[in-house]
Amino acid sequence: MDFKTIFSWEAMIPIILLVSLIAAMLCTLLFKNLVKSAISLSALSAVLSIIMFLMGQTLAAVFELSVCAGLVTVLFISTVSMTRDRDEEEIAAITKARRKKYYALPVVLLVITILLFIVWPTVNNNFLIAGDTDTTKSVGDILWYDREIDIVGQIIIILAGAFGVVLLFKERETK
Amino acid sequence: MSLGIELTFFAVILLLAGGIYTLLVSKNLVRTLIAIEVMMKGVTLMLVLAGYFTHQLVKIQAVIISMIVVEVVVITVAAGIVISIYRNNGSLSSKSTETDEEG
Repeated sequence: MDFKTIFSWEAMIPIILLVSLIAAMLCTLLFKNLVKSAISLSALSAVLSIIMFLMGQTLAAVFELSVCAGLVTVLFISTVSMTRDRDEEEIAAITKARRKKYYALPVVLLVITILLFIVWPTVNNNFLIAGDTDTTKSVGDILWYDREIDIVGQIIIILAGAFGVVLLFKERETK
Repeated sequence: MSLGIELTFFAVILLLAGGIYTLLVSKNLVRTLIAIEVMMKGVTLMLVLAGYFTHQLVKIQAVIISMIVVEVVVITVAAGIVISIYRNNGSLSSKSTETDEEG
């Protein structure tokens, strides 16, 4: 295999995507500012939706991009804005303790990666058995016609979400 | 175009590990929610991977869409609970929810 094949764009794009996924995760978990964390989380969702799109799951990618990168970020930012910011002195005291706690995270992730590289060759890949590909049905058919009792559960969950939103914005109405 | 199964599986495990670590270490309730969301991204990526390699693209999309709906509802309700805890205790720390009373 020559140099151009190994470092071609087609070979590099998956690696770039997965590296940016992990980078977005680290930004999400390590940023001190919660608003920055929420924005990094939306970047994580955006990268995940690109991966979904490249793997042929276009409808799920659209949902991921619009709901997780959009709505969830708005929810997080509104939650952060509804809660009080700390004083500068308080922040300085917390930052030092926080740094100590999160120094271990990249190390833990590195150790897990090395362990996976060692263990992976012994893992049996036979669990990935391809089933029959059903091309006659669309996603809509499966979502609305193939499901039975779980759709009732999902309706209840959506109602619970609606009550959650009412709880979230209750104080604004009373003020 | 396909992403290598090994690389994607590594990414899934790193997402789950990062989420679990933050859940264990962080005392801020909003950050705990963000960690749960990161773990959910890992699960979604695992489902994407499973659907791709078993050629069940249609069925797995229905599962992922249902999961996204549940994910948003969980985060909404949890955010409401976090705000009500903040109003009652004046703090976002999980320590503020601890009580001295037994039981």
